[in-house]
Amino acid sequence: MPTPVIEVEHLRKTYGRNVAVDDVSLHVQPGEIFGILGRNGAGKTTTVEIVGGLRHADAGDVRVLGLDPRRDARRLHERVGLQLQESELPPRITVREALDLYASFYEDPADPASLIADLGLTEKADTRFQNLSGGQKQRLSVALALVGNPEVAILDELTTGLDPHARRETWGVVDAIRQRGVTIVLVTHLMEEAERLCDRIALIDAGRVVATGTPAELAARATAEQVLRFRPSAPLPAGLLDRAASVTHVSAAHATADATIEVRGTDNVVQDVLVALHQHGIRPLDLHLEQGSLEDAFVALTGRASQDAGPSVTTATAARRAKNREN
Amino acid sequence: MSTTTTSPARTAAPRRPSGTRALRRLTVTEGRLFLRDPSNAFFAIVFPGLLLTVLGLVMPWADQPFDDKDPILSQFTAITGYTPTVLALAVGTVAFTTYPTTIATYRQRGVLRRLSTTPVPPTRVLVAQVAVNLGALLVAAVLAVVLGMIVVGVEAPTQPLLVVGAFVLSVLAAFAVGSLIAAVAPTGPAANGIGATVYFLSLFFAGVWLPLPLMPDVVQTIAQWTPLGAAAQAMSAAWFGQPFPGVELLALAAWALVGIPLAARLFRWS
Repeated sequence: MPTPVIEVEHLRKTYGRNVAVDDVSLHVQPGEIFGILGRNGAGKTTTVEIVGGLRHADAGDVRVLGLDPRRDARRLHERVGLQLQESELPPRITVREALDLYASFYEDPADPASLIADLGLTEKADTRFQNLSGGQKQRLSVALALVGNPEVAILDELTTGLDPHARRETWGVVDAIRQRGVTIVLVTHLMEEAERLCDRIALIDAGRVVATGTPAELAARATAEQVLRFRPSAPLPAGLLDRAASVTHVSAAHATADATIEVRGTDNVVQDVLVALHQHGIRPLDLHLEQGSLEDAFVALTGRASQDAGPSVTTATAARRAKNREN
Repeated sequence: MSTTTTSPARTAAPRRPSGTRALRRLTVTEGRLFLRDPSNAFFAIVFPGLLLTVLGLVMPWADQPFDDKDPILSQFTAITGYTPTVLALAVGTVAFTTYPTTIATYRQRGVLRRLSTTPVPPTRVLVAQVAVNLGALLVAAVLAVVLGMIVVGVEAPTQPLLVVGAFVLSVLAAFAVGSLIAAVAPTGPAANGIGATVYFLSLFFAGVWLPLPLMPDVVQTIAQWTPLGAAAQAMSAAWFGQPFPGVELLALAAWALVGIPLAARLFRWS
């Protein structure tokens, strides 16, 4: 296992009596996109601001690229790019001027012109900040975080306030950054964003890490159960599905052949059910499959539904269901 | 320059870290942004000279003696008497309005916070801002004096070096007050409100609306201890060869010596 790029052990930060970060430990591996997921106020931003050397922890150890952010902030900032929430630029500065200016701050900067091209801002290079759209401002913000040629980029709430189109564009940018070999820490409260972009996720709630893993692992941990719904092409023999070890629950209206059957189970329940049906020459019609989502994991692990995630999660769930239906 | 996306794009030769290079770039950029704001460019740079020239051309009193009854002031024209006041106005315009408003806006919009994520300390943007505002002020002051002398016959100062010394001390005092506003105002509009209030009060004490010699003694005494009032009176005394303006220069030095360290102490980055 390679040395982690970021090591955080038992981080704690309080403001008066308000505990912003209670106990956070994370390890970010080189080259991965690591998500820090949690609702607003969970302690995500405070955590990354400490990692980025902008705030100091009350307790705990932080190492970033082997540096201590408290003592080596300047050297750290040469190698770690930070894109902060709600950090704007002077209204009249142009895209090109901003990148040229920030490039002058670093020992070994990226070429501003090619960065502008990579982030699709070439046409806007001479446009003033105040005249950029929300998505363009975010892309410029990402460009500024990358202009120092960082080994690690920390991107905080990258797509907040963007419309769905701009959000998708920005996601494309994150993929492109990873192609440059940069390790990315992505802070988000959006389930869909974390699920779509991140290799691994730390789920933070009330200043604590409640779970860490790949999106699929987290989803599976929360809802090990899978749900199949189908109409059998012929009446099911009694007890057929209950016999499979992976099945936990079968509910059905047995009265007609048209009745929809719902089977809940774990592990290989899908395969077991399909094999059992096949052995009796029954075909499952209108088969729907529901697997645990990250949204389910969020609710299960934190005991509450995520905030502000409504529309996009609904969309994601709908998309996933549609995809399952096609299969 | 390679456009490959598989490795970070790098410039051909790594450069040595250079705080000077970053500061120069910041100053040039801040200077451009300053000039790009039409109201900044007009009020900070053009207005003092324009005010002096227009008043000198249209006001019937411009060529009259500044003060008939005073043995020294009767030898200067009224527009010459008004020149130190215009210089004080020029100082106040940048120190109380453009400079603190820009800094507070940078704090409000997170520009200072974003700078603090780079290897360059965010203090550099303050240095750049002060440099740009001082540059604008210098242009404005020279423009006002040159236009005044050429167009409306402003007479040369009696003690030019003392005028320059009083001007420099005035700048330090006024920027100390401006820095205090910049340090504590949470937003650009807040800084603008505080700055404008301080500015217009100061203009009154500097004699912009009514020449100081015409004001009641008590107002003149108070004015002596305000940054722009002291600035106008010290520069006037030097201009006309009046007795050495010790109290005014002391007042200016006090504002600078108290205000600058206090501003540094109170300054908030976010």
